[in-house]
Amino acid sequence: MTTDQSIADEGIVYEGELPAEDPYALSYETGQGTVYTVSGGDWDSISSPDEGERERIVVNMGPQHPSTHGVLRLILELEGETVIDTRCGIGYLHTGIEKNMEYRTWTQGVTFVTRMDYLSPFFNETAYCLGVEKLLGVTDQIPERATTIRVLMMELNRISSHLVALATGGMELGALTAMTFGFRERELILDIFEMVTGLRMNSAFVRPGGVAQDITDDQVARIRETLPLLRKRMKDTTNLLVDNAIWMGRTVGVGYLDLAGCMALGITGPLLRSTGLPHDLRKAQPYCGYETYEFAVPTEDTCDAYGRFLIRVAEMQESIKIVEQALDRLQPGPVMIADKKIAWPARLSIGGDGQGNSPEHIKEIMSQSMEALIHHFKLVTEGFNVPAGQVYSAIESPRGELGVHIVSDGGTRPYRVHFRDASFNNLQSTAAMSNGSMISDVIAAVASIDPVMGGVDR
Amino acid sequence: MSDQQPVSPAEAGLEIASSATTMPEGVRELEVIGVRHGAFSAQDGGDTSGFGGLVAPIVMPGPTERPYGEWFDAAADEIELALADRGLPMTTAVEKVVVDRGEITFFVRREHLLAFASVLRDEPALRFEMCMGVNGVHYPGDAGRELHAVYPLQSVTHNRRIRVEVTCPDADPRIPSITSVYPANDWHERETYDFFGIIFEGHPALTRIEMPDDWPGHPQRKDYPLGGIPVEYKGAEVPPPDQRRAYT
Repeated sequence: MTTDQSIADEGIVYEGELPAEDPYALSYETGQGTVYTVSGGDWDSISSPDEGERERIVVNMGPQHPSTHGVLRLILELEGETVIDTRCGIGYLHTGIEKNMEYRTWTQGVTFVTRMDYLSPFFNETAYCLGVEKLLGVTDQIPERATTIRVLMMELNRISSHLVALATGGMELGALTAMTFGFRERELILDIFEMVTGLRMNSAFVRPGGVAQDITDDQVARIRETLPLLRKRMKDTTNLLVDNAIWMGRTVGVGYLDLAGCMALGITGPLLRSTGLPHDLRKAQPYCGYETYEFAVPTEDTCDAYGRFLIRVAEMQESIKIVEQALDRLQPGPVMIADKKIAWPARLSIGGDGQGNSPEHIKEIMSQSMEALIHHFKLVTEGFNVPAGQVYSAIESPRGELGVHIVSDGGTRPYRVHFRDASFNNLQSTAAMSNGSMISDVIAAVASIDPVMGGVDR
Repeated sequence: MSDQQPVSPAEAGLEIASSATTMPEGVRELEVIGVRHGAFSAQDGGDTSGFGGLVAPIVMPGPTERPYGEWFDAAADEIELALADRGLPMTTAVEKVVVDRGEITFFVRREHLLAFASVLRDEPALRFEMCMGVNGVHYPGDAGRELHAVYPLQSVTHNRRIRVEVTCPDADPRIPSITSVYPANDWHERETYDFFGIIFEGHPALTRIEMPDDWPGHPQRKDYPLGGIPVEYKGAEVPPPDQRRAYT
């Protein structure tokens, strides 16, 4: 402290030319004017605007910043606290998943897509598998039980994804209790995922033709036991925020985007529904038998971050209803397509080490049936051929329309797979929501978009 | 494989295509996009399988004749009328129409893409308000039409989906940008430019979006290698994915 004081007292201010020996705080002339690099403590020396010129500075927020919802880089043009222009820099999490899938079999592709939007793996898997099944022309042959399990897992996943949206959104706006609560309840759902698929995230559980593993009665009972606790705790979390004056002060009227804006920018999901349009693909273009479930599509007409928050809260309640209905209608039956040319042959069971193939299946292929072994080997190494053509299949992910465009050249590997991730598209609205607002509102606006950079960059 | 005469994809494919006697109903000609040799993708080893001599064309679903079925005919009529209003005959703007797996695809000539897109958006009977982006596909074997841009569109009003496909040659990879009609395509076109090198003319700021600005090449093209290094596991060496033997 005393050192700082003495510097101030002595009036040591870095004016004009910065010391040449400081390599981290240089200023240099460009075509756009003088560019300063701020290294800390030298703000006063460079923040005085030129005479007659408004003070406009460009601030890089992110990609490493706790409030930008992942590795998102926001390039903000500021005049004081007011945002004049916003640009997004993305690509920091690009992993070439689409390219990699062209070198793996159709089934192996699931392992990649589950890692894209890491908060909603079951949606990625299901969107991809529905597309592959449409290409194969076997959509009608998917067993009822497999479809119900997909719906069950997707809706649980929707809850866990929305919980993270509330948790991280809350954290970014300073509501840290919302974060700890949100992540705590999410654990309940991740425990279910671990119990059913063996993995908390990135489960690669949904496969072309069905799902990887059947769900046992024991597991169904445990999911049922979890639901009341989940419901109670979700209520606690949302009660923290719904009528919270500070929360409302930060979100009401913030991140405004109306219906016309949403349509022009291709926005879907809670952002679109916050404008009052009840567009939900589960209702509009049902897949996986969603037309047979009873649930509502919550909407708000505030077009702001608070409305989106309320929609997510209401959607979690609707998802619990769907989960209960799905549990009720689980009938015994196969979970993989009957067509042996597509169905994944392996069966899994928990061995002494906590993982492994089913001993019965290994016994069958290794000592009883040579044909079964050949069949297993062919399907696992070669995979199956998918007739040439292209499809676009879309589902309603927690963030909006998750579309997948799949092209097959008739081979055992995808010719081209492209994901139209809702986060990628919705992130385009950052500028429309933020320009003219305060910096703090940019955080609220981005949090209300709920982008997941794994899905944005793929 | 090594002593085999190389056959150009188009040549071999067309030869086989023309000799095919059965074509699906409603298909005028086969859409050959390439040709497949042998049963394995890796060509470096000797032909120990005996399948090395296999030559098979890669055929995509061909053009569909009317009636298209479902609501497709009504929509096509509307498009035709609206285009005629703008002094553009359907046959000039649209190369072909493909109905496959319950989805309709209009192959639009690139010079008429903007007019076509505004018709889709503005006509009350069509009203495809939302463009769900654009996706590139690279068909190196489709001579003169190597790069395809595929636009899925959605009408919330009528609850319909439609697909528009535009092609351009590798030598002149230019397609008009439709961001003036569908602003949502801003980032999607940047992404397609980044990955395929398709230049969307008229885009406000066509720069790379996923790859670094100074990245050489366009990674999703088929002639761009996947990359990767061999991995040693328990004494054996596993080659990178694009060099492993695979079944095609």
